[in-house]
Amino acid sequence: MEQAIKIDTDNQQENSAAIKIEKKITAAIDIKNTTKVYGENTASAMVALDEVSLTINDNEFFTLLGPSGCGKTTLLRLIAGFEQPTKGEIMLFGSHLEGLPPHKRSVNTVFQQYSLFPHMTVAQNIAFGLEMLGKSKGEVNRSVSEVLALVQMEHLAQRKTDQLSGGQQQRVALARALAPHPKVLLLDEPLSALDFKLRKEMQIELKRLQNETGITFIFVTHDQEEALTMSDRIAVLQDGHIMQVGTPHEIYNHPTRRFVADFIGDINILEGELIDKDKTHGKVKLACGIEVEASLPAQSENLNKKVSVAVRPEQLSIGQVNEAGHLTGVISNLIYFGSGSHIDVTFDNGERVTVRQQSNNNGKQDFLINDAVSICFSADSFQILTD
Amino acid sequence: MVDIKALSRWSSFKKDKLVDLKYQPGFSQIAWFCMVVLYAPIVVLVVFSFNENRSVTTWTQFSWDWYIKAWHNEGIQSASLMSLEVATISAILATLMATMAALVTTRTQPYAGMNSAITIINQPLMVPEIVTAVATLIFFAAIRKVTGITGVGYLIAAHTCFCIPFAYMPIKARLEDMNLNLEHAAADLYASPLQAFRRVTLPLLMPGIVSGAMLAFIVSIDDVVISLFVAGPGETTLPLFILGQIRRGVTPEVNAVATVFLLISVILVTIIFLVGKNKK
Ligand SMILES: Nc1ncnc2c1ncn2[C@@H]1O[C@H](COP(=O)(O)OP(=O)(O)OP(=O)(O)O)[C@@H](O)[C@H]1O
Ligand SMILES: [Mg+2]
Repeated sequence: MEQAIKIDTDNQQENSAAIKIEKKITAAIDIKNTTKVYGENTASAMVALDEVSLTINDNEFFTLLGPSGCGKTTLLRLIAGFEQPTKGEIMLFGSHLEGLPPHKRSVNTVFQQYSLFPHMTVAQNIAFGLEMLGKSKGEVNRSVSEVLALVQMEHLAQRKTDQLSGGQQQRVALARALAPHPKVLLLDEPLSALDFKLRKEMQIELKRLQNETGITFIFVTHDQEEALTMSDRIAVLQDGHIMQVGTPHEIYNHPTRRFVADFIGDINILEGELIDKDKTHGKVKLACGIEVEASLPAQSENLNKKVSVAVRPEQLSIGQVNEAGHLTGVISNLIYFGSGSHIDVTFDNGERVTVRQQSNNNGKQDFLINDAVSICFSADSFQILTD
Repeated sequence: MVDIKALSRWSSFKKDKLVDLKYQPGFSQIAWFCMVVLYAPIVVLVVFSFNENRSVTTWTQFSWDWYIKAWHNEGIQSASLMSLEVATISAILATLMATMAALVTTRTQPYAGMNSAITIINQPLMVPEIVTAVATLIFFAAIRKVTGITGVGYLIAAHTCFCIPFAYMPIKARLEDMNLNLEHAAADLYASPLQAFRRVTLPLLMPGIVSGAMLAFIVSIDDVVISLFVAGPGETTLPLFILGQIRRGVTPEVNAVATVFLLISVILVTIIFLVGKNKK
């Protein structure tokens, strides 16, 4: 994008045209106000997606994160073409997908159950997409060995797929979907059937593959840790609605919805009253005592006076009693886990927070249950939530 | 000291015996009785096909005579060829139609009337054969009268119809077993519906199709009632020929033909069984 602008600086008109083209190209998938209703006009009609709008950029590792039944698979199936949207439209690199059957979409899927063809060898499975695209024999063979090398499966090329371990089948499924070099790769919980160690390995592997191929990945998971470690951006879904879209850092540190805050990691939620606000921050008087500065969510116009404020346990620490301007309370529970401890502190009004305290170096136990302590926090630790 | 392990093993063994039907009193006797009633006549038939004597009640000496006689009997020859022709063509046609029917009843969105469609496909299994035979006879006679067309086509058409449900069942079962995701995966990898069918569905469906075709073949080659009504002059199938022979008195020649028949059936059923087992 920078280059495009530099080259055309002397010609205003061409310049803006170049930017427009760039912008179009950078959106790999554009989903606009899309609704999907299963069993429409029947008694058991089920709204799986409700007015979803989402833009996924080219060359992005994008994750759809949400609990079971929130509509993740449905969204993938709409993009792949196995389902038609009830309403709304989906664009792939600027062109409409409406009415296009799955085999005419330059999108490949890694299915949750792998769905490898049992009557073909590993190599034949991988060659399938290329053959259907009408590639020449030489080209097919070249691509197959390339992709086999990419997923480190060269030695098993001639095996039947039912003679492979789960991890190996996973790699073949990936290779098969990558071989035709799709514009977008859809991955529906591809790692959920693997054991912990293999899962960690494949996470790194997937990330590497995405970097090396430059293909846009849309990755589905209900594992928040997986989403945070792998993604460029994450969309959190609930009940067919998108709750928040952002980088892992934004999602983790600045959740804007109560659901997102609850769903991802440990978090403390405190009640309070919004007494003042500017564009980005608000001043909240917490029910447990003090006033804090907290980040405002994007749509903060119609916030009530009563608000919820979230803060991560690791953004809090325990200090001495009566440090001015700090929260004070009594330690009600203590869980030690070596490198640190989780300390529950209860305030006078009955509210409770968990603090993640690093262990100190002197080897002594610093705190005991029923100690009166105060809680320290740095600026920008608090986040105002909407429901 | 009591060996507790052995004791518990024994008690669980005893419990198994009590709930297992095989160990109910009288069960094995009944089973054996049924087996004898079913298979003793067949054994007698096979044994006497090797009897040198013309009698079917007294054994004298082993010989291949009746087989050789049957082989050279022109009536048996032409009836066998007719049976093979009718069974082969009807089995192929029935399997084709059954495959298409099975695809429609498993691979499309459920539609109103789908269950009735399945019932209609299976109709020959439910309507008494004699009813179908009489109805077919009258219907074909009418067509023959209007169009003037004659020939073995009528017999083949009738056989095809009642073979369809037999071919349909294993094919449908196989399709229902098959993971729909595989066809989705093929479409996802740029295969058109036709290519997906040819490259993925059909190869995986093959065991079902083979079983279906063989079942249809056996059912067709074995048919008496409908053939008796529909077959025109010169369209004598092997079962019809045997029936005609028996009316004139049983000869061991018929035994020999029946034994060969039995052998073919056993071979086909074994193949169906092996093909079915292979897919698991
Ligand atoms: N073919 C269908 N017919 C009717 N309802 C469906 C169908 N497919 C999905 N649903 C419903 O739509 C909702 C969303 O389903 P979807 O499969 O997209 O969820 P998901 O987020 O992928 O869940 P999971 O993590 O369990 O895979 C669910 O409530 C589900 O019951
Ligand atoms: Mg799903």
